[in-house]
Amino acid sequence: MDPVNWVMEPLQHAFMIKALVISAVVGGVCALLSCFMTLKGWALMGDAVSHAVLPGVVIAYALGLPLAVGAFVFGVGSVTVIGLIKQSTRVKEDTVIGLVFTGFFALGLILVSKVRSSLDLMHILFGNVLGIRPQDFQQTLVIAALVLVALVVFRRDLVLFCFDPTHAQSIGISTGFLYYLLLSSLSLAAVAGLQTVGIILVVAMLVTPGATAYLLTDSFGAMAVLAVASGILSSLLGAYLSYWSDASPAGCIVVVQTLLFVMAMVFAPKYGLLRRAFNNQPSQ
Amino acid sequence: MTTTPGAMEPPHIAVENLSVSYAGVVALSNASLRLNQGAICGLVGMNGAGKSTLFKALMGFVRPATGTIRINGQSVAQAQRRQSVAYVPQSESVDWDFPLNVTDVVMMGRYGSMGPLRNPRRRDHEAVRHSLELVELWDLRRRQIGQLSGGQRKRAFLARALVQGASVLLLDEPFNGVDVRTEKLMAQLFMAFRRERRTLLISTHDMDHVTGFCDQVVLINKTVLAYGETSEVFTRENLALTFGGCVLDQSKEVPGPQRGSMVADHREGWS
Repeated sequence: MDPVNWVMEPLQHAFMIKALVISAVVGGVCALLSCFMTLKGWALMGDAVSHAVLPGVVIAYALGLPLAVGAFVFGVGSVTVIGLIKQSTRVKEDTVIGLVFTGFFALGLILVSKVRSSLDLMHILFGNVLGIRPQDFQQTLVIAALVLVALVVFRRDLVLFCFDPTHAQSIGISTGFLYYLLLSSLSLAAVAGLQTVGIILVVAMLVTPGATAYLLTDSFGAMAVLAVASGILSSLLGAYLSYWSDASPAGCIVVVQTLLFVMAMVFAPKYGLLRRAFNNQPSQ
Repeated sequence: MTTTPGAMEPPHIAVENLSVSYAGVVALSNASLRLNQGAICGLVGMNGAGKSTLFKALMGFVRPATGTIRINGQSVAQAQRRQSVAYVPQSESVDWDFPLNVTDVVMMGRYGSMGPLRNPRRRDHEAVRHSLELVELWDLRRRQIGQLSGGQRKRAFLARALVQGASVLLLDEPFNGVDVRTEKLMAQLFMAFRRERRTLLISTHDMDHVTGFCDQVVLINKTVLAYGETSEVFTRENLALTFGGCVLDQSKEVPGPQRGSMVADHREGWS
């Protein structure tokens, strides 16, 4: 197979160019967010919020509002509900998260099936990056840009918030603001990712690149760059693989991300399994 | 009354009738104390006696049910805005695998006085360098924090508090599990802070440290039982009150604050 043709041929299709652009943008922005998610220990939260936005997306769609508005309300709302239940009952937090997000998700399923719209459940669940509508394309770019700006502008405060919220508070930085900033970014990224890989797999975009990068470096700046690079690379490579193999684009993107993680896990220069096995050799 | 040279000036920290409760459970009631500027003060009490509640109140993390706190004649909120109070936590309170190096962590002490983007200016870099040299970590400044020893971690936190330029330092069990070098260095630094007229409040389980270099001592058991000159306050009767008459067991350590709650953890405990 001619490698130039492998790269160039898909670019002759407008739908493919759009798919590559949107996957790369969403993959990159979600990857930046994933650094904070993994360092803050919010992977399960990412899973919860990405599912809980479903009813919001459907309602926003039905009312003709931007999907981001619905996602934002239900994303932040679900976490508020989780917090309230945790405070007022003896049920453990992971249990509460599990039952709240599935409850919201189930409500979303009912709404999708009852609210008359052109929303296709399969597209929401598994993404529809090859057939993305123009208005969704624009909306997703705007959302991604918003999240990107928020994360870049407040990156230092967010790192501090993830590392030592007590110190942040003691020097007068509002941890409440940072908490909701991160949570809002998560809700918005979930709805952006929904367009690309669908609700089921969006959590991979919000976790895997950060985890991969975390194994490769001891510096947050390098971690952010590596995560974004791996997020964009997975999106592009996944879209191409999907084109040439006629397989699900969401599946391809996430499988590439996972393979990158596995490679980092094995070959990472300092924290890889090979290096650790080598280090554990009894010295003669 | 106290007889230190600073006794005539207004107290640096003045707490009057402070009561704090969490969800109806009283953590501290009617606590009053006055600490002189430039004093090294030991804070002594059992686990759950209210030491960390007092720290939280001085940092503005808890809203007192009753009472007032004045730091340098100002309210806690004013003192916080002026970066007057720095807290040195127990080192178990953070994730040391975090991808940060020593300089990154110490620079965080400057965030409160930086612009909204927290872009370090030249004087921030200089302050970080100066404090890293003071705590003898300059050579390790690029090291990932997880590769520091227990004593070096404590010193990194101390450096972070120093760059804040605070006049009040709250230290939570600073001598827990540190090496001899760190202990010696910290004791020297505390003396230097005293010369700079900074006020230190050090929670500790080690009675030798209290008698060794604390000018003042605060004995606490759900309220302030006694405070003042170490020689006057540190009596057998007062200690019996503080520890409820039980034998002192110095081997018992306070577990560090729990980390890693996923929901609303900014509201838990520390607010």
